[in-house]
Amino acid sequence: MNDQAILQVSNLTVDFDDGLCLTRALHGVDIALAPHDALGIVGESGCGKSITWLAVLGLLGQRARVRGSARFGREELLGAAEESLSRVRGGRIAMIFQDPSSALNPVHSVGRQLGEALRLHRGLKGAAARAEMRRLLDRVGIGNAGRRLDEYPHELSGGMNQRVMIAMTLAGEPDILIADEPTTALDVTIQAQILELIAEIRAEEGMALVLISHDLGVVAELAERVMVMYCGRVVESAPVADVFDRPAHPYTRGLLDALPSLHGPRAPLTAIPGTVPQPRRLPPGCSFAPRCAFAVPACQVAVMYLGRIVEIGAPEDVFHAPAHPYTRALVSAIPDPRRRGRRGILLTGDPPNPIDLPTGCAFHKRCPDARAACAAIRPALLPVGERKVACHLVHPPGLGSRG
Amino acid sequence: MILWLLGRLGRAAVTVTLIVTFAFVVLRLSGDPAERFFDPGDTPPDVIEAFRKAWGLDQPIWVQYLRYVENVARGDLGNSIRENRPAIDTVMERLPMTLAIMVPALFVKLLLGLTAGVVAALYRNTFADRLIMGVSVFGFTVPSFVLGLLLALLFAVQFRLLPSGGSSTLAHYVLPVLTLGLSGAAVIARYTRSAMIEVMGQPYVRTASAKGVLWHRVVSEHVFPNAAIPIITVIGFMIGSLVAGAVVVETVFSWPGVGSLLVNSVNARDLAVVQVILLLVGFSMVAANLAVDLLYGFIDPRLHRARGGED
Repeated sequence: MNDQAILQVSNLTVDFDDGLCLTRALHGVDIALAPHDALGIVGESGCGKSITWLAVLGLLGQRARVRGSARFGREELLGAAEESLSRVRGGRIAMIFQDPSSALNPVHSVGRQLGEALRLHRGLKGAAARAEMRRLLDRVGIGNAGRRLDEYPHELSGGMNQRVMIAMTLAGEPDILIADEPTTALDVTIQAQILELIAEIRAEEGMALVLISHDLGVVAELAERVMVMYCGRVVESAPVADVFDRPAHPYTRGLLDALPSLHGPRAPLTAIPGTVPQPRRLPPGCSFAPRCAFAVPACQVAVMYLGRIVEIGAPEDVFHAPAHPYTRALVSAIPDPRRRGRRGILLTGDPPNPIDLPTGCAFHKRCPDARAACAAIRPALLPVGERKVACHLVHPPGLGSRG
Repeated sequence: MILWLLGRLGRAAVTVTLIVTFAFVVLRLSGDPAERFFDPGDTPPDVIEAFRKAWGLDQPIWVQYLRYVENVARGDLGNSIRENRPAIDTVMERLPMTLAIMVPALFVKLLLGLTAGVVAALYRNTFADRLIMGVSVFGFTVPSFVLGLLLALLFAVQFRLLPSGGSSTLAHYVLPVLTLGLSGAAVIARYTRSAMIEVMGQPYVRTASAKGVLWHRVVSEHVFPNAAIPIITVIGFMIGSLVAGAVVVETVFSWPGVGSLLVNSVNARDLAVVQVILLLVGFSMVAANLAVDLLYGFIDPRLHRARGGED
């Protein structure tokens, strides 16, 4: 499928810079979107489902540091010049938002805002533009189109405004429509109308749809494939039927169990315990582990040396930035064809006999950086950031025994 | 619409009446013009008494007030005690001089203030923003007489480039205009920056970008028209106070405008002149506010339609 993808997002990471430190909001997201695809993205608020798409379109603002790649056809969108991005925005990839009434400019008439899109992407002006605007408003089910064009967003209802937003995206004849919580601010009967309209338009225009929602029900209506996101990562991606019938990730199961149903016998809803962790205080390992009913120790990675844990934490921390000298040697000893010729850390000697352990740190005799203290005192497993490490080089002894 | 306008005018009339009444009472309570006009030490009491009688100052204050209101209703705004001619003439003679520095100063304020505010907002938290905001806090907090003296010290005394007072040549205009312009620009810059920043965070600005509008067009077409609404209030206030002149700056640069006339007239208890100036200021404030309100309706359709409904 990756060969024919119109949009290929790879290893997308987003950090927000608040002037003091970086907070990672997206931890390497991969998405391949085929033409005519209908992809649903679900997750709790703050899980990165909107940020992913705002990042792809370069709409996150100056404080965001976006890395990775987002290829639209042959064009790389990340870091692209504003001119080429502005042709893609609205023209090839269009987006509609939550709360349509505040997503439209209050001081410009509906016609002016629609006309702007027509002028930008289709070069239409004057009477031709006006005729096309009428057709578009008709198309999205707004009656009395001629009059509506001269009205302002505050004179229309929320549902009407969302229809105007949809008409505005149609103006650019895009290949992909990204609908970011398009019905969250709307009444449930209006929600049904808008979802119906989106489904209809997708079928007719043949564009790919990305539907972002916290509501599994909404996603089930329109999407063919579902991605479940949690704390800036995709935790499950599968055809819609599989996600609902055989959810694989415990978080997906939690979301489904929390969904009220009108049908079948009344059953108590199961809430996912706890709250979404702050992006800055993600637990090590699997971000969902503290709330997960099925969590096992493997959700973190622990490095052991002679029967003791010397370092434990999230796999990416431990593998990419090992803190303990043994972990460092271990990681550098793994052959990697992409990094041929590099000099790894070579340990001397053999592991000591487990029944005759050396005093102090068991690793000190092989440690390239061992100090006097390492032979005398056994280091405790103490926290460093989000992981724990047992090493005097990381926690110098004598500074009080924390933890 | 017409009802709304009438309501506004009614309220404006009340405002002006209150200003004038207040000034009338306070001025008369704060001192007797006769004692300012003559030296009570070596003027015969009967001369002072005759003067009081001639100007109606011997009457109880409420009688004076009723007579004043009656005269104003007939279009007679009273005579200047010092010049013994209609006070309105005295004021109107000074008005062009005041406008001659206030209007250019307004342009300086708008040009400098709007530009600086927009730049600061667009480059928020950069060096440019911090510099602009630092300078504008300075311009904002330093009283205009300090700024005026500072500029005079710098350009008139130190570099001897410009005259420090008077009004005979074009060069005389520079310092007063600059003093007024800089402090006003600081106010406008701060308002503009915060209004722009607030609007830039609105969802519709993101919509415009997502639609493919280039950023500079987003700023000029979507951000600025929305940010203009609060900025116009400040500008309206500045326009309203144009005729009042700048009491402090005119005094610092000995500029023969309405502001310095007001100071002198209060000192001399030249009652009619003070009252004419206050009436004038009241009227222009009211007119400017009215213009701003009408402009709001023009810029912000939400108000426009709401008001249309009152008809």
